[in-house]
Amino acid sequence: MSTDTEVAARASWSSIVREGETLTITDLHGNQAVDFLVYDAHDTSVRYSAPDTIHAQGGIFLTTGSVLMSNEHTPLMTVTADGVGRHDTVGGACSKESNTLRYGHHTYAQHACVDNFLAEGARHGLGKRDLVSNINWYMNVPVEKDGTLGIVDGLSAPGLSLTLRAERDVLVLVSNCPQINNPCNGFEPTAVRMTIDEAGAA
Amino acid sequence: MAATATTYGARAHARAQEGARAEAMPVVPARDWQDPPCEAGHLVWAETVAGGNYTHRVLARGTELRLTDLHGDACAHLLLHVDGRPWERLNVADTVKVQWNAYLGEGVLLLSDQGRVLASVVADTAGRHDALCGTSTLVRNTERYGDGSPQSASPAGRELFKLAAAKNGLEPRDLPPSLSFFQGVEVRDDGTLDFTGSAGPGGSVTLRAEQDVTVLIANVPHPADPRPGYVSTPLEVLAWRAAATRPGDPLWDATPEGRRAFLNTAEFLTARGLA
Repeated sequence: MSTDTEVAARASWSSIVREGETLTITDLHGNQAVDFLVYDAHDTSVRYSAPDTIHAQGGIFLTTGSVLMSNEHTPLMTVTADGVGRHDTVGGACSKESNTLRYGHHTYAQHACVDNFLAEGARHGLGKRDLVSNINWYMNVPVEKDGTLGIVDGLSAPGLSLTLRAERDVLVLVSNCPQINNPCNGFEPTAVRMTIDEAGAA
Repeated sequence: MAATATTYGARAHARAQEGARAEAMPVVPARDWQDPPCEAGHLVWAETVAGGNYTHRVLARGTELRLTDLHGDACAHLLLHVDGRPWERLNVADTVKVQWNAYLGEGVLLLSDQGRVLASVVADTAGRHDALCGTSTLVRNTERYGDGSPQSASPAGRELFKLAAAKNGLEPRDLPPSLSFFQGVEVRDDGTLDFTGSAGPGGSVTLRAEQDVTVLIANVPHPADPRPGYVSTPLEVLAWRAAATRPGDPLWDATPEGRRAFLNTAEFLTARGLA
């Protein structure tokens, strides 16, 4: 069985993904950033940890084979297929507040991922203290020799996708990034597709 | 009969310990610390934290906090929450993204998730720090060292953070990714990491609290430390009354992003009658 949902530009989405099921995220129009948080569905105090994921695999970019680790250093999901080759663990989510630092106070009225996470998380009993540094699928954040870091043009293209296998029952929150001030989505948010396949399906 | 077989004897035995000295201990009152790095009487926290141990304190806005790696194998894992409003806390992703730099050093602002400054790094003689790898966990330390529980010989940073958090009314879900000082990593072109280790004994870093903050510190090995043994040496912690960063301070205007962070912080504190 397969369930398929198109997430509109700027929108949020969430779902339980059962152990063994796969979640495929398709970048329908290319160069869209998909902000992503994942929790143990039965104990949400166990949740995605960017630092545990980074030091477990010895690097900051995610691709096929990368294991998304929890804050207790246990596996939550594994990337089983990836058409792009590089995804971000460092940049976290855009917020109305951080946008005022990055671009100026004129951006405060714009949509931002943290608001999506707060609204979508509230549907599952999660609050602000439950938000941590997230994954940005399709976002490209290189680090230079001197430590300079920045969000640059993405490597994705229309129709590219990645697939994650749930290593236990997990709750996934997604903010389909509405950012219009950096190149994470080509300055133009577009729709993505979320597909959940039962265990053992292709 | 042994001297401690009675309540009177046990009391006398316990009281006779006053004045004992160990390398790792708090000095109370802090002003009794020998050779303070500030004006006499301004010291508010003086402690040497043992390897594999933790500490915590609420610091008033304007307090400066100096961490020193005494023997060269300290690693100060650090978290900050606003005192009384812990849902505003250190956001490592915003800290590196907003300032366009993955590495910590002098002039870096430790940002909250509300577009404000929690603390500033006002001095750094070590240069080996990390914002990417977080702290160690029970699972990993048990794999690597045989145990990671707080009372073991190889406590995990996250387990110590849970205790420090609990003593401040916080829960495990209040522990976001942390920073670590004195043990660094560098990012290669392909995104993989090089562990750089310590800069050696005596390195120090000084933070300035820009709001009233709860400071949680775990002094445990960096999770990427490749050495097979659990190597963790004492961390010196000194804090003293000073002044928060103000308009006109070079740090206030050092970057446009930082200036807006200080402006946001000032607006917020002024509205609350706190500054």
